[in-house]
Amino acid sequence: MSGIPHDHYEPKSNGEKWLHRRLPIVGLMYDTLMIPTPKNLNWMWIWGIVLTFCLALQIVTGIILAMHYTPQIDSAFASVEHIMRNVNGGHMLRYIHTNGASLFFIAVYAHIFRGLYYGSYKAPREVTWIIGMLIYLLMMATGFMGYVLPWGQMSFWGATVITGLFGAIPFIGEGLQTFLLGGPAVGNPTLNRFFSLHYLLPFVIAALVMVHIWAFHTTGNNNPTGVEVRRGSKDEAKKDTLPFWPYFVIKDLFALAVILAVFFAVVGFMPNYLGHPDNYIEANALVTPPNIVPEWYFLPFYAILRAFTSEVWVVQIASFVTGGIIDAKFFGVLAMFGAIAVMAVVPWLDTSSVRSGRYRPMFKWWFWLLVVDFFALMWLGAMPAEEPYASFSLIASAYWFAYFLVILPLLGVIEKPLPQPATIEEDFDAHYGAKSGDAQSIANPAE
Amino acid sequence: MNMNMIKKLTASALLALGLNATGVLAAGVSNAEIEDFDFSFEGPFGAYDVNQLQRGLQIYTEVCAACHGLKFVPLRTVGNSGGPGLPEDQVIEYAKQFEVFDADLDDFRTALPTDHFPESNDPNAPDLSLMAKKRAGFSGPYGLGINQFVKGIGGPEYIASLLTGYTGEEKEQAGTVLYQNTAFSSGWISMAPPLYGDDVEFADGHSTDLDQVAQDVSAFLMWTAEPKMMARKQAGFAGVLFLTLLSVLLYLTNKRLWAPVKGKKTS
Repeated sequence: MSGIPHDHYEPKSNGEKWLHRRLPIVGLMYDTLMIPTPKNLNWMWIWGIVLTFCLALQIVTGIILAMHYTPQIDSAFASVEHIMRNVNGGHMLRYIHTNGASLFFIAVYAHIFRGLYYGSYKAPREVTWIIGMLIYLLMMATGFMGYVLPWGQMSFWGATVITGLFGAIPFIGEGLQTFLLGGPAVGNPTLNRFFSLHYLLPFVIAALVMVHIWAFHTTGNNNPTGVEVRRGSKDEAKKDTLPFWPYFVIKDLFALAVILAVFFAVVGFMPNYLGHPDNYIEANALVTPPNIVPEWYFLPFYAILRAFTSEVWVVQIASFVTGGIIDAKFFGVLAMFGAIAVMAVVPWLDTSSVRSGRYRPMFKWWFWLLVVDFFALMWLGAMPAEEPYASFSLIASAYWFAYFLVILPLLGVIEKPLPQPATIEEDFDAHYGAKSGDAQSIANPAE
Repeated sequence: MNMNMIKKLTASALLALGLNATGVLAAGVSNAEIEDFDFSFEGPFGAYDVNQLQRGLQIYTEVCAACHGLKFVPLRTVGNSGGPGLPEDQVIEYAKQFEVFDADLDDFRTALPTDHFPESNDPNAPDLSLMAKKRAGFSGPYGLGINQFVKGIGGPEYIASLLTGYTGEEKEQAGTVLYQNTAFSSGWISMAPPLYGDDVEFADGHSTDLDQVAQDVSAFLMWTAEPKMMARKQAGFAGVLFLTLLSVLLYLTNKRLWAPVKGKKTS
């Protein structure tokens, strides 16, 4: 399964041999669990486990919630209150599920920015990256539809605004929006289909997660140096790696326990912190809330959507060139999806031959500016659409695109990278010192 | 590795929490004055005051229920521990004062503890079941809302401020009398002042001045909005305690596991 040479499962007893000839499932599990993993992975490599845990947590709590929830507009809101009041442990299940979605997105953003800094998207891991982006898109769709289910004011109006984005597409938009909603406006058919899809998509995500893991088990993990594991022989590979079990399982479980302690403090002591009070008001098609705000994890892209108003010159040019087909609303939609698209194709935009940001002195600055930009967009997305926020949003959106479309392609050409360690072992020993009596790890004075 | 790593993890968790709070920015009640009343149930270890909930229940029943309803709240729950905790016979007695519509009889009948509180009598009076959660009085500091960890989101504070926020000014607009209120977002509310002080008489002789009854009924409405708060905080506390212990054990396991692989840390 893996490109890194390592020991494989050998069936010993007759029973094991019998099964192995018919279905090598034990071998598959062994190879997956014992996969050679770069031994210098740092604490940013824990988010994958956190994400896997989140998916399982959301599916388990979600299935139980679905046993008590009613996807019908007259009783959906009341059924959530029924869960909160009458179902045994229902209040904890629901608060864990709603806050679990937030933990899921905190973890996925940390995971994505980890990949962006250490160049995990670069060859040969482009397919892993693309599948990851698909998972992220499905997560957003699932999160959005889940937020509609409690049928509060923000559920209803959030659904109205977001599906309205599809209505902005020229020619087919209106028909597409009606198709998505199951009618001319958000109503019972919308709630029914969102419930159905909210239940389905996590299992699609689970399947894609397996493909994601399959892909990076084929190429091997990236690591903080970006230097590949030596693959000449098993012995050579062993100097750079350690088996996933037990070294990384225990390390990841420790990180997960710390994160879950914080998570439980939020669930127990401030469960509505990341929610919106208006969602405790039952949906009402006749009353529009004063400020419709999506959930926090959509805010950066919501800010990009709103940044491109008809006063912006690029929008005016686009409108003029296309004869008005691309108006400000459609431009905003294109920009929002484009912001995710440029991230998805980053493997082909980054021209640098050096993988890890650790050895790219100029890249570092631009990368951290992108992180700041991301949080700035998140803040701006929650602000009302007025000055000075509108101008800030435009600048922040412009930087997002500039980073991927201009800065990354240029940096590869003009930047002079720092020397990289020859091997992972060398990097590891530089951090932790050579073990006395360990013949392999004599300090290497090459650099 | 240990301190540095723990610092990094905590920092990233806090950063994520802090910056993600931007969603609540827009939730703050604008140009309104919300007084920060002290309630017994604030903070991770705060608990409902049973006597206060019972006083609040009495105020709700004698004053608010004339117009407002609590349609999501089952009557039996006034007997719950972690709530007003009335004894069983009193719960049955309490339910009897309400009339509910029974679809099977196609008529009204006396309420049983298994029924819910009636809906609002006055169609213009909002249902109060979730009022304490649908209004956020606080969003600080700096709009991050972090202080709700110790103070709550400010829902009961909003209700108490509203009840005590009447200035006495009135105006007529499109045939409706509006009353000036410093806590209401538009400044003018159509609800006449419901409480003046000495509106009810408590069996235990507790104070009935306006500030006191406003806080009592707000505490009661926090309970109707979040009846499982006590159970939730206990679960949260057990969860944090258990996971912290587990973290320590896993940290030690991890350290021991990696010790033979790592030499002395040099950087």
